[in-house]
Amino acid sequence: MTAGGSITTRSTPQHVDKRRTVRIGPLSGVVRTRQLLLPVVAAIALVLVSAVSIGRGDYPIGLLDVLRTLVGAGDQTQQFIITELRAPRIVVGALVGLALGLSGALIQTFARNPLASPDTLGINAGASAAAVAVIVLGGGSSAAAGLLGGLGLQVAALIGALLTALLIFVLAWDKGVDGYRLVLVGIGLGAVGYAVVDWLLTRSDITDAAAATVWLTGSLNARTWDQAWPLALALLVLVPVALALSRVLGVLQFGEDTARALGIRVGRAQATVVLVAVCLAAAAVAAAGPVQFVALVVPQVAVRLAGGSRPPLLASGLLGALLVVGADLLARTVLPVALPVGIVTAVIGAPYLLWLLVRGRRSIT
Amino acid sequence: MPQRAVVPAAAEGTPGDSAADDQRSRGLLHGAATRIGGLWLLLALTVVVCGLSIAVGTRAIGLGTVWQALTDNGFPGDEAVVIRELRVPRTLLGILVGLSLGVAGALMQGHTRNPLGDPGLLGVAAGASAAVVLAIFVLGVTTPAGYVWFAFGGALAGSVAVFAIGSSGRGGATPVSLALAGAALSALLYALVRAVLVSDSQTLDSFRFWVVGSLAGRDASIAWQVLPFIVVGLVLAVVNAPALNLLGLGEDVARGLGQNVLLARVVGIASITLLTGAATAACGPIGFVGLVVPHVARALTGPDHRWLIPYSALLGVILLLTADVVGRIVVRPGELQVGIVLALVGAPFFIALVRRKRLVGL
Repeated sequence: MTAGGSITTRSTPQHVDKRRTVRIGPLSGVVRTRQLLLPVVAAIALVLVSAVSIGRGDYPIGLLDVLRTLVGAGDQTQQFIITELRAPRIVVGALVGLALGLSGALIQTFARNPLASPDTLGINAGASAAAVAVIVLGGGSSAAAGLLGGLGLQVAALIGALLTALLIFVLAWDKGVDGYRLVLVGIGLGAVGYAVVDWLLTRSDITDAAAATVWLTGSLNARTWDQAWPLALALLVLVPVALALSRVLGVLQFGEDTARALGIRVGRAQATVVLVAVCLAAAAVAAAGPVQFVALVVPQVAVRLAGGSRPPLLASGLLGALLVVGADLLARTVLPVALPVGIVTAVIGAPYLLWLLVRGRRSIT
Repeated sequence: MPQRAVVPAAAEGTPGDSAADDQRSRGLLHGAATRIGGLWLLLALTVVVCGLSIAVGTRAIGLGTVWQALTDNGFPGDEAVVIRELRVPRTLLGILVGLSLGVAGALMQGHTRNPLGDPGLLGVAAGASAAVVLAIFVLGVTTPAGYVWFAFGGALAGSVAVFAIGSSGRGGATPVSLALAGAALSALLYALVRAVLVSDSQTLDSFRFWVVGSLAGRDASIAWQVLPFIVVGLVLAVVNAPALNLLGLGEDVARGLGQNVLLARVVGIASITLLTGAATAACGPIGFVGLVVPHVARALTGPDHRWLIPYSALLGVILLLTADVVGRIVVRPGELQVGIVLALVGAPFFIALVRRKRLVGL
């Protein structure tokens, strides 16, 4: 039997929750318990996993000691190890996850496409091309090792990401940004970026190529406060803007015409959404390299956990942070070889996507 | 909310602009005689490009010497050896790979009814990459000749897996589910590839030269090894052409006209897999030929696959060999690998394609 004849009309059971409402004077609203609870649970889990992760390493520190040190009551050795060596790594991981989760949620909602993410938009490819160029052309292998810890690489990746984003935006612009065209242009530019990366790798010293490969995988190794602070500052600006976009995004989902009728300036709103999403992704890739699949998978998990018609923004961000910190913990403790965090996130993410496909094609977002 | 995937769904049922379709659908060349003439012209172009591929290279060799080295087997000298041992096999391999990728692209776009369908979507490149990385890492294989069978096996396994996963969901093997399955499986396989590359720099050292896609350094034996698969793939493609024309009317109409839809799909996918698998095995993953060539061919002939396939084949050869020759010239005395030249040339074409309104509306 071929496709077409055998489709049964098994409708997905979508029972409608009985909604709780609140009324305060003339105002009333629906309280969606799951949507409110999910960010709280995710935040608590994030703190716990981070605390466990800080404690693990060559010099194990108990969970209670970690918490005691964090509030400022630990001994000096532990203080140094935690605040100078381990905390930056965890903070960078959490912030990168937050940025990627948010960015993915924004792009997927905007493009109305569960496959859209900074990975498919070519932003990572642009950042990769710039970063690998710095590693390969920036001098000998020793210089590359120095650069990996330094700021040069981060700045180069950031510039690469933003330039690519600008180019995608310009090429996809035609009296507005069509989400679909944006994704396709991104795929095209992504191919160019990765061709440049491949070419640079064939021309480089093998030590440089190895360093570049680690960066290309997305890694939290040797991250210090130097990476954490710029990222934190960027997020301080971007995250509130992103969260404020929530209402506009909800309206944009109905289509351009409806949104316009409801009083949204569609062109400007779309441009803002894409801009914020792109900047979030660029900040993340600059700090940790292209960590795969977080931006793709996390919003889809969040929308399933929270319910609702589109990925919840705050919950996506927090779950992204949880995934990256958790994957890093797994990579450092459970696995026999210390693999970069980007591989672990892909190994968790890809089967999830396959499972979604095998389970059937539920309409997503 | 309807699902919109990265790759547009089948064009069936889309209220298209039928007047524009009519004009466009016939292509530039009308009538069998003109089209045969066009084929001859392309064949002549192919011969010219082959000549260039033999005559142009890092080492400047006069045309007279080239001709003598080709015609007179006993002609002495280093230059004759370069021509006979390096450039001729390379050109032959380029012909085979160009043929395969062009035809596979035409079939892929025909079956998915998707102007962005690329043979690489089926997980062929990812499967081949994973197999080659494991062959280098576990077995210590380091020559292009050694990679061939691993790459071919990996390519076959990858596309079978993608087809199985893509058709297991509700609704069967639709173009969208195939593309999604290809994306997901590729991601998983590339994670495996990365895990190996990150932990072993020796593997990286060999793999980085394979993954760019190049015609260089392949001797004649590789062309012979993949030749049978390419021949079978081409035969299947030719057999598949009339069925593809029927499928273009929609599956239901095709079934009503007596076409066995499942059989046609299986033949088509087998052909795509053999052709791309063999091409990837011979010279590594090469993108964009399969994507770009069918569009040019369709502009010339219209959508009739009986014409589209031979045109795509010749255009594929011309594009691949031209890119290879360009790669030899631009960074003398070094070489730019053909896969990289193609991505740099192909991507702008792809973007121009995307910007056309009609495509976006699919």
